[in-house]
Amino acid sequence: MADFLMPALGADMETGKVVQWLVKTGDRVKRGDVVAVVETHKGAIDVEIFLDGIIGDLAPLGEALPVGAVLAHVLEAGQEHVARDGTAAPAAPTHPSPAPAPGTAAVAGTRAKVSPAARHRAQSLGIAPDLLHGTGPDGTVTLSDVVLAAAQPTPLPAEAAPRRGFDAALMRQAIASAMSRSKREIPHYYLASTIDFGEAAAWLEAWNGDCAPEDRLLPAALLLKATAQALAKVPQLNGFYDKGAFRQGPGLHIGWAVALRGGGLVAPAIHDVDRKTMPELMSALRDLVQRARAGGLRSSELTDPTITVTSLGDRGAESVFGVIYPPQVAIVGFGRIAERPWVVDGRVVPRPALAASLAGDHRASDGHIGGLLLEAIDRALQVPEKL
Amino acid sequence: MSATPMRMTYREACRQALRDALLADSRTFVMGEDVGKYGGCYAVTKGLLEEFGAARIVDTPLAENGFVGLGIGAAIAGLRPIVEIMTCNFSLLALDQILNNAATISHMSGGQFAVPLVIRMATGAGRQLAAQHSHSLEGWYAHIPGLKVLAPGTVEDARYMLAAALADPNPVLLFEHIVLYNVEGDLDPAVTAVDIEHARVRRPGSDLTLVTYGNSLPKCLAAADTLAHDGIEAEVLDLRVLRPLDSDTISRSVSRTRRCVVVDEGWKSGSISAEIAARLAEDAFFELDAPVRRVCGREVPVPYAAQLEEAALPQIPDIVATARALVRPH
Repeated sequence: MADFLMPALGADMETGKVVQWLVKTGDRVKRGDVVAVVETHKGAIDVEIFLDGIIGDLAPLGEALPVGAVLAHVLEAGQEHVARDGTAAPAAPTHPSPAPAPGTAAVAGTRAKVSPAARHRAQSLGIAPDLLHGTGPDGTVTLSDVVLAAAQPTPLPAEAAPRRGFDAALMRQAIASAMSRSKREIPHYYLASTIDFGEAAAWLEAWNGDCAPEDRLLPAALLLKATAQALAKVPQLNGFYDKGAFRQGPGLHIGWAVALRGGGLVAPAIHDVDRKTMPELMSALRDLVQRARAGGLRSSELTDPTITVTSLGDRGAESVFGVIYPPQVAIVGFGRIAERPWVVDGRVVPRPALAASLAGDHRASDGHIGGLLLEAIDRALQVPEKL
Repeated sequence: MSATPMRMTYREACRQALRDALLADSRTFVMGEDVGKYGGCYAVTKGLLEEFGAARIVDTPLAENGFVGLGIGAAIAGLRPIVEIMTCNFSLLALDQILNNAATISHMSGGQFAVPLVIRMATGAGRQLAAQHSHSLEGWYAHIPGLKVLAPGTVEDARYMLAAALADPNPVLLFEHIVLYNVEGDLDPAVTAVDIEHARVRRPGSDLTLVTYGNSLPKCLAAADTLAHDGIEAEVLDLRVLRPLDSDTISRSVSRTRRCVVVDEGWKSGSISAEIAARLAEDAFFELDAPVRRVCGREVPVPYAAQLEEAALPQIPDIVATARALVRPH
């Protein structure tokens, strides 16, 4: 049996509340399924599970549970003992007691105590008894627990607590905490270069000329793709600084900073940016921004970013120097694209120019590496047809 | 006709049972150490010598193997002997006769000879008689095919089990608990006989079954009273017959309550309590909501000192605590 834990949806999260379960005890779950809605300072997040098996012993709704608290048990098919990833947060034995502080040993792989009578009855009722909350001595699941579970009606999604919007004050607090930590712990270095966006702009114009407005590409998609291509060449900036060492990210999952109406921001991941076509990337971006603002982000989108890109768009400042979101090691900033005098072949010509910046964690990389990344982004944007 | 219950001691019930048997069948006689002139070491046979004479109330030498053998011969020859052994500790001197002869002859003779012998013996601890007079060996005898082993725990069983034992063609061992002799109980005048086949529910309950017999029966009944104050309804099952064991009744009760504590003054290892736990595992495993627990005598020779003797035996608080832990989370 494995534990499904309250995920850390960002470095700044301490507790979360399950506001809705999208599964019920006895349901089969598989990797990637959204099983619960957890309310955090980033709003209501659709939490995915990364276990395969039968879920049960669901945590109660509406209780603030610490990161790492057990939200549910999953009985994995054909397995009684499951060794969990050593880096996972520790388990709490039962609800609703809070989980012990992160860092203590995880209690996993113990077989649930189910009395023979309970197991027998559960089998005839088609219930997974290992997942029930046991009320007998030592938490033993007894016959009456099974009978009670069988008698309980399946909760309908309609009964679940409604999704709540962002709490601006909470989010401010969370940003304050994460950014303070970043500036306290991360020795940032900053690099900037101005990129000729002319080729990219021309390519975009040509592409969009044939497209319906809703299918048009925005410069943001090109910037994301160019960054992904550059990161593939300079992987030293794609990943995490953790326990005194750099660890490369498992993919190119770029966090895209989304400013929220009413204040605050969130930088959820677009997964595998390098493997998406331009239209796919654009639609992923639109979807992400919409969900970031309306609610419905997935937990993996909050936990997976391996780097952040912040782009101020066409109404923003000329350039931006970001603050790294720990435990990431870099943030790429793009300023407003604007016409600038540019020297081409000894002549000054007007060109759309883009100020690109990089803030890097000096513990994980040096300015030389950072420079390589900006240079690679520049080169990628000069051949937009290859993006 | 409304009958008022008769109140008497367990000892008096045993005595009346003997007297009834002697009156009912002239083939019956009582034999043992000090059963005649002395009136029985626990005074059970008091007055019988005077009433029935020395031919039917026979004092024997201190020679258990000899007089038990005599009883076996008499039974085979057509009499109905009731042999008293002073305490079950001493019965070991007659174990050869009991196991090798009484229990086997019917089998070895292809059923040609029955041994309708009854052996009564005192068992158990609680009267500071120390390690050579206080043990509970009925579980050992319950191991032996060919015997029936009875353990009356009530005045009614003390009063009527003997007649049923005498009517049985097999050798029957009756274990009378020394602490129970002085215990008083009511006899229902409507009851004039009991069976020697079935365990009996002495107190119905729904939360767990206390399986017991002999002097642990009143302790279990008292424990059930205490548990009832906590809202735990204990069923108390009196085994009565240790061989053949009434597995059906035990399984039925535990299948209903789903939890079981076996309470036995005998030692735990290789015991009747172990047998019951094993049978529940075999017959009622899927009905159990908790492991079978046992409250048994400590595995020491029963001590002489009163407080040590008390500590060595199952006591009411032990039963209550074990039952509670089985039913309720801590």
